[in-house]
Amino acid sequence: MNAPLIGARIERKEDYRFLTGAGQYTDDVTLPGQTHAVFVRSPHAHATLKSIDKSKALKAPGVLAVFTGEDLKVGGLPCGWLITDVNGQPMKEPVHPSLAQGKVRHVGDQVAVVIAETLDQAQDAAGLVEVDYGVLPSVTSTDKARAKGAPQLHEIAPDNTCYVWAIGDKAACDAAFSKAAHVTKLDLVNNRLIPNAIEPRAANGMYSRADDSYTLYVASQNPHVERLLMTAFVLGLPEHKVRVVAPDVGGGFGSKIYLYAEDVVVTWASKQINRPVKWTCERSESFVSDAHGRDHVTTVELAMDKDGKFLGMRVKTTANVGAYLSTFASCVPTILYATLLAGQYTTPVIHCEVTAVFTNTVPVDAYRGAGRPEATYVVERVVEQAAREMKLDPAEIRRRNFIKTFPYQTPVALMYDTGDYEATLSAAIKMADVAGFPARRKASEAKGKLRGLGYAAYIEACGIAPSNIAGALGARAGLFEAGEVRMHPTGSCTVFTGSHSHGQGHETTFAQVVADRLGLPIESVDIVHGDTSKILFGMGTYGSRSIAVGGTAIYKALDKIIAKGKKIAAHLMEAAETDIEYDRGVFKVAGTDKQKTIGEVSFAAYVPHNYPLDKLEPGLNENAFYDPTNFTFPAGSYVCEVEIDPDTGVTKIEKFTAVDDFGNIINPMIVEGQVHGGLTQGIGQALLEGCKYDPESGQLITGSYMDYTMPRADDVPNYQVDTRVTACTHNPLGVKGCGEAGAIGAPAALMNAITDALQVYGINDLPMPASPQTVWKTIQNAKQKKAA
Amino acid sequence: MSIKVSMTVNGKPVSAQVEERTLLVTLIREELRLTGTHVGCDTAQCGACTVHMNGKAVKSCSMVAMQAEGANIVTIEGIAAADGTLHPMQAAFKENHGLQCGFCTPGMVMNAIDLAKGNPNLTETEIREGLEGNLCRCTGYHNIVKSIAAGAKAMAK
Ligand code: FES
Ligand code: FES
Repeated sequence: MNAPLIGARIERKEDYRFLTGAGQYTDDVTLPGQTHAVFVRSPHAHATLKSIDKSKALKAPGVLAVFTGEDLKVGGLPCGWLITDVNGQPMKEPVHPSLAQGKVRHVGDQVAVVIAETLDQAQDAAGLVEVDYGVLPSVTSTDKARAKGAPQLHEIAPDNTCYVWAIGDKAACDAAFSKAAHVTKLDLVNNRLIPNAIEPRAANGMYSRADDSYTLYVASQNPHVERLLMTAFVLGLPEHKVRVVAPDVGGGFGSKIYLYAEDVVVTWASKQINRPVKWTCERSESFVSDAHGRDHVTTVELAMDKDGKFLGMRVKTTANVGAYLSTFASCVPTILYATLLAGQYTTPVIHCEVTAVFTNTVPVDAYRGAGRPEATYVVERVVEQAAREMKLDPAEIRRRNFIKTFPYQTPVALMYDTGDYEATLSAAIKMADVAGFPARRKASEAKGKLRGLGYAAYIEACGIAPSNIAGALGARAGLFEAGEVRMHPTGSCTVFTGSHSHGQGHETTFAQVVADRLGLPIESVDIVHGDTSKILFGMGTYGSRSIAVGGTAIYKALDKIIAKGKKIAAHLMEAAETDIEYDRGVFKVAGTDKQKTIGEVSFAAYVPHNYPLDKLEPGLNENAFYDPTNFTFPAGSYVCEVEIDPDTGVTKIEKFTAVDDFGNIINPMIVEGQVHGGLTQGIGQALLEGCKYDPESGQLITGSYMDYTMPRADDVPNYQVDTRVTACTHNPLGVKGCGEAGAIGAPAALMNAITDALQVYGINDLPMPASPQTVWKTIQNAKQKKAA
Repeated sequence: MSIKVSMTVNGKPVSAQVEERTLLVTLIREELRLTGTHVGCDTAQCGACTVHMNGKAVKSCSMVAMQAEGANIVTIEGIAAADGTLHPMQAAFKENHGLQCGFCTPGMVMNAIDLAKGNPNLTETEIREGLEGNLCRCTGYHNIVKSIAAGAKAMAK
């Protein structure tokens, strides 16, 4: 028997191909007869399309076709979640065309596509498409979208309002506030981010006349969902005639979940010209066409008794959804946000109202964390501020309010199954050497620097489920996952999963789960994902669901393999099935030394010479669909320590400590990597990244790597990470998910550290990103105020 | 106007007809079909396209193919040994989980080999500063830094 693989730091199976340049990303796929597409995009934030003249472009060398919205009369890009307004009305769902119909609503909105023999030719000809725009006034800012006289984006959405939605008992909440000894209030902005996976989006559509079928290669996190949405809602094609392949995908972070216009256009166009059509996004184009993230404006109030015990929380948020509803845009600021506002605390009543607004900006959708970073930012900023106002230690105020018994029903719909918040907090405090902080602060002060320490104790909900409850809340898709385990005659194994890996390392983690249970060497197990023609179905990867939902589906398929294997083994050893015991690849007759390995059983299943053919089908191939009964609830405590130079405003992260509870861990090396990456994105949000539109023209100001500051190696520290384990109670692996945690907890911890350092100036808030300029200016303003 | 360029790529002489404006990275990816070299941006800032030209790391998106006339180019496909054994820097990335989605990885490895050449004891600060021109969105750099430190040591052996 092999050594246990669960919990082992196994080097990744996928790395060899990535390290040798043998990865196959979408743009690496070139098909016979390949043509190239370039999109003509709106340079205006808001305009009518008066006319489009494609004649010059059509005459340019190598050009095969130019299509506009006039040519592409198909369904709009659908939104996958219906939110119901406080008045019982469905949210406003304006048509989201793949190529503009009469109007453009954000810079980058796609107006036409030019297809040519070569990319250069397509690019040259795109410049020859003459579009006459009737420029309209625009609105890009979240808090101005509903202002009187604001330009209106969609006729069906008065006041640019998509919905007003609420959760929680308002009357009970108001009553709690009336009894409060103290109320802490904060106005917070969660800055808009641009996901920036390093592989730009790409799509390559191919039509085959031979069998009237389509193949789409696309950088997607969920090929089956992409196919379902595209065939059923947009192109009206039979699903079995469309194959979607998401090969190696270079990072997603949410931005590659959605069905995008370009995917539809290249698929449709490949039939029109009867040639494969490839589009690869340029980086500057991705800034104006990939779904953005976050963009909330929030007021939060926290009511406490005299001891700092939370009595109630009131939250009012305006969420910018951009110009159109992207695939999951509607559920991010509601179902994935407001339900997390209890955090790790026993706050008995919570009320949250969310207004979603349309603006002349790129659509906003789920970006690493999706609603949960926004919720954590609100909760953890107000809790830290409350500690300051109540003169309590920030760890102490958290401890006084921690949930300690599980399962725990929050006032905002969720039921936490398990957790130990004290364990992660105390471990983080120790690891961060909080006890030594006063001395370090003194040392900084001696150098003329300011030092601050900030906490964030986050909760996350992963593996959104179950499907029926989600359906009742407006989900328009299932939330299960599918897996298939195929034993081969000679004892090796191929596993097919509906989860998709775009950096997460499923080829290794999932293989560990399977190899461990089957007692096989990990080399004998391969994981296949990302191709609708190979995998029975799949909902894909988002919301840190892969191990908890996709992993469990595989586990359930293994249950069936083992159950059938027992029958075969019983026959081979002439024993009763009830006497067969199974342990990691070995079937034993209880109380004897008779045994058969999974390899022998597999062989018998495929070469059924000695086999109960009258009772059992040959073969050993099983699949399972798994629909979880609940979310999983990873949680953790982060401690961030910064040093600020008040003369320059430069913030240096001295230490970042993260202690997470992800339930059981399959591969700690991969989990740590996920945390590092998430933390860096969270630090990016707090310190560097911020999407800015010009309020007058609606132009994207941060439209390239020159203007949008991505975290680089010398912007971030070495991290100290550790885990504590409370196993998830409702999946057999006891796993919770780890993909988003870092991005959820880091911004609050960092901003709490910065405002802690700036307490000397009485500064309790400053906007993200806390760039040197912002920090310096905030200090200057505070100094002037003090002097005045 | 189409012109002929000749150079050595991964030890083999190659020549191709290209446009004057054709970038080196386009020649490598589209003409030579060496798709391990990636394109992550259009402003020469992500480093995904890094290759070696005459032994030095260069961004192949920021030069035209003509500028590489007669040069010795090595791409990520030319780094491992002929029998497929990983180069010590590649091995270090694998051992230290220095990659996730793999898209930035070829550029990271090519840059790292150049950084490490003759510098077996690279400090963390030197590595982080040396990565100024390479973006990674997945790893948070922590394990890339570790990989490069280990790879530099292994290269000196
Ligand atoms: S593609 Fe060359 S630096 Fe980004
Ligand atoms: S590993 Fe994905 S960008 Fe670096």
